[in-house]
Amino acid sequence: MDDMILQLKDLHKSFDNVKVLKGITLDVKAGRFLTLLGPSGCGKTTTLRLIAGLDTPDSGSILIGGKDMKGLPPEKRPVNTVFQNYALFPHMNVQKNIAYSLVLRHTDKEEALKKVNELLSIVQLEGYNKRMPAQLSGGQRQRVAIARALACDPQILLLDEPLGALDLQLRRQMQVELKALQKKLGITFIYITHDQEEALNMSDRIAVMNDGCIEQFGSPENIYEHPTTRFAAQFIGQSNIIEGDVVEKVAGGVRVQICENNTIIVKGEYEIGEHLALSVRAERIDYADKADFGFALNGTIKMHSYIGGVLRTTITLQNGQEVLITGANPVSRYPAGCAVQVFWDPAVAAVVERGQGK
Amino acid sequence: MKKKNGALSKLYVILVLFLTYLPVFVVVLYSFNNSKYGNWEGFSFTWYDKLFQNRQIWRSLKNTLILAFSSCFLSILIGTAGAVGMAKSRFRTMNLLENVSMIPMMLPEIILGMAYLAFFSILKIPFGMLTLIIAHTTFCVPYIYINVQSRLVGLDPSFVEAARDLGASPTRAFIDVTLPLIAPAVLSGALLALAMSMDDVVISFFVTGTTSNTLPLQVYSMLKMGVTPEVNALCTLILLVVFGCIGLYYLFMSLYRRRAEKQ
Repeated sequence: MDDMILQLKDLHKSFDNVKVLKGITLDVKAGRFLTLLGPSGCGKTTTLRLIAGLDTPDSGSILIGGKDMKGLPPEKRPVNTVFQNYALFPHMNVQKNIAYSLVLRHTDKEEALKKVNELLSIVQLEGYNKRMPAQLSGGQRQRVAIARALACDPQILLLDEPLGALDLQLRRQMQVELKALQKKLGITFIYITHDQEEALNMSDRIAVMNDGCIEQFGSPENIYEHPTTRFAAQFIGQSNIIEGDVVEKVAGGVRVQICENNTIIVKGEYEIGEHLALSVRAERIDYADKADFGFALNGTIKMHSYIGGVLRTTITLQNGQEVLITGANPVSRYPAGCAVQVFWDPAVAAVVERGQGK
Repeated sequence: MKKKNGALSKLYVILVLFLTYLPVFVVVLYSFNNSKYGNWEGFSFTWYDKLFQNRQIWRSLKNTLILAFSSCFLSILIGTAGAVGMAKSRFRTMNLLENVSMIPMMLPEIILGMAYLAFFSILKIPFGMLTLIIAHTTFCVPYIYINVQSRLVGLDPSFVEAARDLGASPTRAFIDVTLPLIAPAVLSGALLALAMSMDDVVISFFVTGTTSNTLPLQVYSMLKMGVTPEVNALCTLILLVVFGCIGLYYLFMSLYRRRAEKQ
């Protein structure tokens, strides 16, 4: 546990009797780029504010570098924050903004100036010392905010949707830059976003949050390929949730009845009668007139739509459920209305829910 | 609405402005009149000359300035502290408290004046500069309070949070961040308060003492002896100062707004 820079233990927080966090437990290794990913209102910003000390948890504890932060005000914590709206002091120029934390620590003037220039070169804003925040573009303000937060070498940098206000092009560019910056500095980043692409693109670890809880914690690959909850499967990527009851044990797995005459194979050990919900990624499903992998679902092609790069096909299954399939081939051999068989490699499906069958 | 400005509505605006400013203009004009009486006898600075030699007027001017600046200073302290404190606290009676604190602005001055008179008499505080300052501070506080409070409401809390995050204590964050950001509001409130204090007759009339005559009171007592061009000259000078103050206020506000818009 020694290399854990941040440990959150069962954090609870309510605002006006509304439970915002319902037990957040998380361990973060030093030097990681961790993303808290979730829809708005899931408690990710609150979690960040608790770490920064801007709010206090109702219960639970926060350890930074093994030290309990209980009762420590934000100014005494070894973390710094890049705020969502940057919160650059409008009455101070870039240099004064960045040097603010250094001035508070009574850093020698020349040394502070050296540090400011160093930070400005890191964020590629050399020579912007005397500009006022109002004279900067959104992307430049963002860089200044990062430089300011890095000025006194925090152990953890907290970033609250820092790219939210930027246009797509700049966002993509800043994603790359931020990731590179984190690698270069070796500081732990805790990054908040509701954008799954951003999270997958930048993070070493992602914590998927929903409704005050962490749904799943893991590497981007792990989260994407093996979602463990229904929410995680549906929030990230394009997932099909397919449900049914276990009816028979087969070699290496079980057979699950989806609807009349239609069963699928699911890998793993489950009891007969159990109800399973599976997540299958849209790009991992295939269809043809003859199925592989020892099972098939009968369906009818409802429509094709070409969305640039991929062809999205909607197929209506026998039980009325619609599945989404994306394929790289822009033209399909099967026109709409055509009866096909839907199948996938059982290894790519993830069980996201188990329960008692009816 | 703005597009269809008929000739009639233009005429109306001109008429209203004309009627409003005509008396003011007449006063200014007659302050340069050579004659002591109503008829125009040529341009002269005689009355200004006399005015500048009138020691009573100078003394009351001094009183007015002392009064205005000290009550303004006190109300800056009280009003700003009040607004900042209110913005931080959250209790149920806050709205009520806020409305109650606005009442001095709405009460008829004559009632306020009488209230001060009775109050100071009961407490046996001798009437003079002290009572004037207390009274003026009381009715000046709301101007500062309203201005600062509305600025604070619009102030993003993340500025202060960012300061704290970067290592500032609550006090330090207030001095470094909150104060500079609300300073324009404090200043514009202070200008209003200054103008209100310098201009006040009714309340001052009730709480002044024998040695603490203010300029407006001086004008009032001079008028009792009949309108002399000297009073006109005095009025003209006061007008000059007042317009100057108002001009400064608007200049300041527009600069400030332009800066705010940029952000």
